[in-house]
Amino acid sequence: MDRRATFSNLWLAGALVAPQILLVVVFFYWPTLQALYWAFSTQPPFGGTNQWVGWQNFQQIFADAVYWNSVRVSIIFAILSTALSIGMALLLALMIDRQLAGHKAYRFVYFWPYAIAAPAVGLAFRFIFAPDAGFVSAINQLAPNLWNPALKGWDAMILIVIANSWKMMAYNFIFFLAALQSIPRGLIEAAAMDGSGVLRRARDIQIPLLAPTLFFLLVINVTESFVDSFGIVDITTGGGPARATDLMVFKIYSDGFKGLDYSMAAAQSIVLMLLVIGLTFVQFRYIEKRVHYA
Amino acid sequence: MADIAIRNVEKSYSKTAVLHGINLEIIDGEFLVILGPSGCGKSTLLRMIAGLEGITRGEIAIGGRVVNALEPRERGCAMVFQNYALYPHMTVGENIGYALKVAGLPKVERERRVAEIAQIVGLEAFLARRPSELSGGQRQRVAMGRAMIREPKVFLFDEPLSNLDAKLRVQMRLEIRRLHQRLKATSVFVTHDQIEAMSLADRIVVMNQGRIEQAGPPRQLYAEPATRFVASFLGAPAMNLLPATIVAKDRARMADGTEIALDPGRFVVEIGQAVEIGIRPEDVMIVWPGSEGAHALEVEFTEDMGSSRLIHTRLGGMEFTVLQPTAQIEAQSTLHINLPENVIHLFDARTGSRLIRAGATIGTLASAAA
Repeated sequence: MDRRATFSNLWLAGALVAPQILLVVVFFYWPTLQALYWAFSTQPPFGGTNQWVGWQNFQQIFADAVYWNSVRVSIIFAILSTALSIGMALLLALMIDRQLAGHKAYRFVYFWPYAIAAPAVGLAFRFIFAPDAGFVSAINQLAPNLWNPALKGWDAMILIVIANSWKMMAYNFIFFLAALQSIPRGLIEAAAMDGSGVLRRARDIQIPLLAPTLFFLLVINVTESFVDSFGIVDITTGGGPARATDLMVFKIYSDGFKGLDYSMAAAQSIVLMLLVIGLTFVQFRYIEKRVHYA
Repeated sequence: MADIAIRNVEKSYSKTAVLHGINLEIIDGEFLVILGPSGCGKSTLLRMIAGLEGITRGEIAIGGRVVNALEPRERGCAMVFQNYALYPHMTVGENIGYALKVAGLPKVERERRVAEIAQIVGLEAFLARRPSELSGGQRQRVAMGRAMIREPKVFLFDEPLSNLDAKLRVQMRLEIRRLHQRLKATSVFVTHDQIEAMSLADRIVVMNQGRIEQAGPPRQLYAEPATRFVASFLGAPAMNLLPATIVAKDRARMADGTEIALDPGRFVVEIGQAVEIGIRPEDVMIVWPGSEGAHALEVEFTEDMGSSRLIHTRLGGMEFTVLQPTAQIEAQSTLHINLPENVIHLFDARTGSRLIRAGATIGTLASAAA
């Protein structure tokens, strides 16, 4: 069956897709092209004529140790927060899927964090993990300065990883739960008859059958952690201390809008964009092959 | 091997009761078939034996041990599911051997046993394939192999043949029967197909609306159905059931006045009692016109079933079928029949239970069952 709608009237078809095309062009292609142009030129911050400089902007950022630091912390952040958010979501979904008492209420509540904007999440975690006022302050009372994201780089990293994972966990949870519930009950029962306990069933039956979902979430989470972590970093650590949480996307913002170095920020944007495209490509090309679609 | 005792077992989901006080003893090594229409609770009962459903009240014992509180894996049962429930991400070999893997058997031993079982179920050539690459019959074999490898005390079959086409179903039925003869493990087989039940069972349990209607060897259930439900559920073509009222000790009258003679020695009836007269299509006798007690029926149409012919007519305004091996009967012709008194079943119209004098038997079939 041909499910595509076909239009004999091309003008009507054009008119119907125009709003969507317009949105994509205005908010995606135009800024991308603008960034591309700025990345190959110097853009005076207070107006004036810009000058074509070719690859100079890129040469400059790749020679900069501060830039490489932001690449390093971005990768650490991506790995940690993806692992934590996927792991937690899987655990919660497996427990909800067992239909323990109250599972309906929990199922509802677990999705809420995703509905909260990143800066709000950041603000909440900034208070929770404040060394002098949050609940961690009790620990600091016992062991002074054990926890201080304002001074210690790793503490700051842990803080943004937890905040970001908390939010993404909710998103992953829904996908995992949907996938778990689409696994035929008979399979779980057959495994139970074969002598497999709850944990063994999760390992041997459920998680392997979740592989397609797991893969999809891996792509989404890694991408998200590279491009969508700005809000949390901006509110909690501001990229500090000593650039310990200076993620690539945050550095683009601070170079561009704080440092007013539009060209450098544009060049970094292009690099980040290529990185994300590359990562997604690699994941689809190499990891997907090992995923069994039941 | 083990016997299974089901004592006063009840099952309800919140307020809805699906099983009411089931009592059943399954003998060690027996092939028991639970037969009933969909929704009668037969699968629920099976799943309660397996441990996949909780037991609301009563108890189930396997091999003398009450299993109510035991996990499925502790009960020593293996189950073949209706939709096979094969693990799609594992090969045939891995599917069959999964129980042994869970049990922690060394790989070499495991592979030896899997090969052994694969040979029995005829899957040696398919061990490396995935279930999605197999036909329905092959999947069924994998499911059986997976159940067999654990050498269970009890085999549970949950309508395992209902997803197969007719020809394959007959073939798999024979294989299950052969398997049982070889393994002699207690088997409980749930189905809604009465032919499957008749051909497989040592003993059939007919269930309806969460209750056991009758239990007994297939022959006995067929010859002496205890209720109208069992009478109508067993046998194809189905038994003719004619509503009538008892007008004399030896006579019942249908709504349109047609009278049917009864043997007063066989039934316990009261004058004026509403009954249903049951007669199997193959027990109807065709007689010469004008014979004593003959009914003349209009033939509506006939169905040729190869070895026999099914004649559709009406008796006393009710649909009535006659099965005859050779008769050359044409549609629109008149058929003269007799209802032999010794093959008539009689049921109470209100309760549906059989009205028969203690010790009386039905026809020639009953002597075969005895």
